Amino acid sequence: MPREKILFAGGGTTKRWKVLLALRILALIATLAAAIVMGLNKETKTLVVATIGTVPIKATLTAKFQDTPAFVFFVIANAMVSFHNLLMIGLHIFSRKLECKGFRLLSVAILDMLNAALVSAAANGAVFIAELGQNGNKHAKWNKVCDRFSIYCDHGRGALIAAFSGVILMLLVSAVSISRLSIYSKKSSTSTAAAVASP
Amino acid sequence: MAKLTKRIGALVLRLAAFGAALAALIVMVTSRERASFFAVSLEAKYTDMAAFKYFVIANAFVSVYSFLVLFLPKESLLWKFVVVLDLVMTMLLTSSLSAALAVAQVGKKGNANAGWLPICGQVPKFCDQVTGALIAGFVALVLYVLLLLYSLHSVVDPFLLQKS
Repeated sequence: MPREKILFAGGGTTKRWKVLLALRILALIATLAAAIVMGLNKETKTLVVATIGTVPIKATLTAKFQDTPAFVFFVIANAMVSFHNLLMIGLHIFSRKLECKGFRLLSVAILDMLNAALVSAAANGAVFIAELGQNGNKHAKWNKVCDRFSIYCDHGRGALIAAFSGVILMLLVSAVSISRLSIYSKKSSTSTAAAVASP
Repeated sequence: MAKLTKRIGALVLRLAAFGAALAALIVMVTSRERASFFAVSLEAKYTDMAAFKYFVIANAFVSVYSFLVLFLPKESLLWKFVVVLDLVMTMLLTSSLSAALAVAQVGKKGNANAGWLPICGQVPKFCDQVTGALIAGFVALVLYVLLLLYSLHSVVDPFLLQKS
């Protein structure tokens, strides 16, 4: 019985534990960076809008992320996923003391999968809108934005790269969480079979 | 007997997901409208927007994958891969739906700050069909999330649900 307790303890120093912790920290950094860079994305420029005679009329235009609902969703979703990763890192570090219960591993695996889907939705929604801003669309007569607001577009590009690395990292985190759950359930089913077989 | 009903339920769910993804694909591909005003005729089709092309491709992947998994035998070792592939397909579905929805929202409401005018007033039938395709894509996504949870449960058999 005490040997099984050691088997089912949090598995504090196994390689899988360390790999999962490292992946979660990287995913936290990536999604947090994406949320912050896009959240602070703002550029104000004074442009010549029209010319009456020889007098150019200037207007001050601001490009900010709140203009586009896709970018608002991007910031909110990345903030949510980084918060989830923060909570899971805390749970992971303290899981050395806690006993491994199946429900905790299952809920962590499910939450990781749902958050992976969320961050992939956010990153892709934003990248297609950014492509529209970069290239415009002849058919819909939407003109480019990036030639006038180049700093806004640069920051947006950086946030998108961070978000996509966050997507790949969240996929890896989900895969490792599922493998942890599978290893635990195999261990528990063989141990209960052994307990039943040897009274 | 309970196992059989569970298995049939899973098959029905996957068939429904396949149907929804296929419907989204077909409705988006057949959306095409020609509008003309002031002797200028413009044709709106799904290839105009990159996001709609990605939506079609992603739903094609999901349909083909669902169709193939329908025929997977129960005791095959590939069910472990089905869990991860289901997750990848769910991520594909969410990303394609989000991209198409973002672009369709700009098409419907426009973007005043960027000077982008809405196009739905000129091609209303195209807009309606795109909306229908997006709804079918959303149904496929919901069904896929349920399928993901089910395949996780059937492969891993977590401790909570196992009777010792």
